[in-house]
Amino acid sequence: MTKAINLTLKVWRQKGPEDKGRLETYDAKDISTNMSFLEMLDVINEQLTLAGKEPIAFDHDCREGICGMCGAVVNGRPHGPEKGTTLCQLHMRHFSDRDTIFIEPWRSRAFKIIKDLVVDRGALDRLIQAGGYISANTGGAPDANAIPVPQASAELAFDAAACIGCGACVAACPNASAMLFVGAKVSHLVLLPQGEPEAAQRATAMVREMDSLGFGNCSNERECEAECPKEISITNIARLNREYFKSRFFSNVK
Amino acid sequence: MPLDAKIPIGPLAEKWDRHRFELKLVNPANKRKFEIIVVGTGLAGGSASASLAELGYSVKTFCIQDSPRRAHSIAAQGGINAAKNYTNEGDSIWRLFYDTVKGGDFRAREANVYRLAQISNNIIDQCVAQGVPFARDYGGLLANRSFGGAQVARTFYARGQTGQQLLLGAYSAMMRQVATGRVTMYPRREMLELVVINGQARGIVVRNLITGAIESHAADAVVLCTGGYSNVYFLSTNAMASNVSATYRAYQKGAYFANPCFTQIHPTCIPVHGANQSKLTLMSESLRNDGRVWVPKNAAEKRPAHQIPESERDYYLERKYPSFGNLAPRDVASRSAKEQCDSGRGVGETGLAVYLDFADAIKRDGRAVFEQKYSNLFQMYEKITGEDPYETPMMIYPAVHYTMGGLWVDYNLMSTIDGLFVLGEANFSDHGANRLGASALMQGLADGYFIVPYTIGGYLAGTTLPNVSIDHPAFKDYSAEAKNRVRKLLSIQGKRTVDDFHKQLGLVMWDYCGMARNNDGLKKAKEMIQELRDEFWQNVLVPGSENDFNQSLERVGRVADFLDFAELMVIDALDRQESCGGHFNEAYQTEDSEAKRDDENFCHASAWEFAGEGKTPILHKEPLVFENVELTQRSYK
Ligand code: SF4
Ligand code: FES
Repeated sequence: MTKAINLTLKVWRQKGPEDKGRLETYDAKDISTNMSFLEMLDVINEQLTLAGKEPIAFDHDCREGICGMCGAVVNGRPHGPEKGTTLCQLHMRHFSDRDTIFIEPWRSRAFKIIKDLVVDRGALDRLIQAGGYISANTGGAPDANAIPVPQASAELAFDAAACIGCGACVAACPNASAMLFVGAKVSHLVLLPQGEPEAAQRATAMVREMDSLGFGNCSNERECEAECPKEISITNIARLNREYFKSRFFSNVK
Repeated sequence: MPLDAKIPIGPLAEKWDRHRFELKLVNPANKRKFEIIVVGTGLAGGSASASLAELGYSVKTFCIQDSPRRAHSIAAQGGINAAKNYTNEGDSIWRLFYDTVKGGDFRAREANVYRLAQISNNIIDQCVAQGVPFARDYGGLLANRSFGGAQVARTFYARGQTGQQLLLGAYSAMMRQVATGRVTMYPRREMLELVVINGQARGIVVRNLITGAIESHAADAVVLCTGGYSNVYFLSTNAMASNVSATYRAYQKGAYFANPCFTQIHPTCIPVHGANQSKLTLMSESLRNDGRVWVPKNAAEKRPAHQIPESERDYYLERKYPSFGNLAPRDVASRSAKEQCDSGRGVGETGLAVYLDFADAIKRDGRAVFEQKYSNLFQMYEKITGEDPYETPMMIYPAVHYTMGGLWVDYNLMSTIDGLFVLGEANFSDHGANRLGASALMQGLADGYFIVPYTIGGYLAGTTLPNVSIDHPAFKDYSAEAKNRVRKLLSIQGKRTVDDFHKQLGLVMWDYCGMARNNDGLKKAKEMIQELRDEFWQNVLVPGSENDFNQSLERVGRVADFLDFAELMVIDALDRQESCGGHFNEAYQTEDSEAKRDDENFCHASAWEFAGEGKTPILHKEPLVFENVELTQRSYK
């Protein structure tokens, strides 16, 4: 049933990349527990606007947990406290009256802050660009059923392909590593026969790009898996390591 | 200008082949010299960018999100149709064509729809080759399911995230071209102006959403893939940033807008929770395969669902449409739900909901099978509502979901402005007055992968294109215009927020130009929109500044365009004195409240020409000629 709660928000405000930024305090009064977290921020933003202040900048689009655009660190946790949930799918029924909520942007050396809670995640696109695809030009494909794919592989590939590119894994990692993101893409493609021909090339290129973009190494902290809203499994990192190893020692890829 | 759809002559099944043969080709060595701008990176924009670059063109691609992987196509859940007939049920290109034309209530062009059905099979092949992890059977072959408006299982799917997987396929193909340098990607850019020089689309003016800078980009052709306009209703299933601005701007520059009143209400959305709701969430229509829709027979019913005995439930879709039952097409299912709620039998806190019950299917197939098919949808429902649909039936209500109307395009997908191509939901081309489930993904990808790569070549090879760079005075003028508009909006400094106006507009549209319409209501809506627009330009409050990341400023520009566009929708709805598909005028219905078409007077696409600010737009009619199917009353009984 619907309830209304009152909250204190501590929100990171930062005018631009060079600004120092600080936490500001806002009262969120009479918040319906049926609202989503972002709807709660909408309410605050309407109030700020009417009070002649600048609203809080935050990224969002689909608001149904699929586009990967939203994200903030809520009480120290990327996408907030609920397991397997994006910020836009987090609902206020998971908070209690008089709670204080800290809301901060992804903090990672790979993601620069643009404004308030908005960060630049362009590095994730550059990782895909480095090799996160199958080279199949439009027009040349054989009949879709020409190559059967074992159901189990297709399912595993799907599990990995469910990544929404939100960057929470990077934000959660003490080393700012993108291993879960890259592992998910490498796994998705290598688990399918269509992705095999380029497997070695892909693993090498994506890992190299990751290093050159300033992402850190994986030291098995497992924070990424714990915070991933799509519950991408850390076994994908193991698969990435294996593929990378294979490409280094058993392929012609330099 | 008379409308020429440029439909190739000859038998339906040979038109596309013949046309491709007749289209002029661009010499491969010259392709690099042609610059093409693509706006939007959903299925249509992503696939077009990738395919054009593969052919060798120099492509510049723009999107409003921070990454081209996020456009709203990503949220499509259910699936994508193709006439593969893998299930051996007797499906064929002809049947897919026929179902789509009929589903669209005979308001789409035969030739376009037939081509779509032909291409559908290539799409599945292409996506599988890219690594789209479609659902498969135990033997490793592709699985299919059925969808509303069809009696064969022809829908390919990737759990409940088909749109996501297809979009990531197109996105990765495009990123591969970014790596080759043939696509240059411009994220966080919003198109503010279309630049037309000597009647040809030659570029765009965009706002850099991070810095606020106004930037100019020139090209030899412009491809708009900017999606639909459902957000004119404020509440819809569309992503928050989806908007009409790019297509509306093209309309103001001379592209005709076709059938703007054709909007689709999706029958299975999660009901509204309250005044601060920001958007609606769809529950895939595929759930209607296994769910049974019902309301209590008794309007005064107070018991929770599971205590209401079978005999006191009304499975109204099964009752009214015995042969299609819960799979009746979207418009029919939506209106029936509204009818039930209007008669006081709606359920839930607001009374604006009906049950979608899976108990029988779970009993039949077991929970495990069910989880494999729908787990993410059920989780999503539980996250939003806090209720477990394995235990209590889902509650659903119709919501605006898709817009069939869009910029008018000919068979080549070119608008009435030379060199301006429009793909996907942004055009009006294939769905007539109602789109069938699992057809949007098909159309977006058909347009981008398999149609525009040829037709744009035909245009470029057959057109004289004078050299144009961003130093051309037109770019200066348009940039100045864009800047002035931004400044004007910022300078009003009124008392009401952008969202406040947007919500009010949405309510007007939902009440008077939504699921059911009538002439009095539409006339009233027209006045209300005009008043609201006047107030908006006096009283809107936009915080922040121009040269900054400013989300209120982004939104206010979109709402300003929605306020103009809404009136065009109403004008179109008033003009079309018939009911068809998603356009239901209460004055025109059959005895059992189905849409009643008037083929004698309205068997045409209505293409509107902008006549200037504050002037009544000019109507052009493209007659729809049906040579291959017989116009019948759509019946799903
Ligand atoms: S792996 Fe998970 S946390 Fe990382 S980007 Fe993908 S969805 Fe987000
Ligand atoms: S807004 Fe799309 S995932 Fe949250």
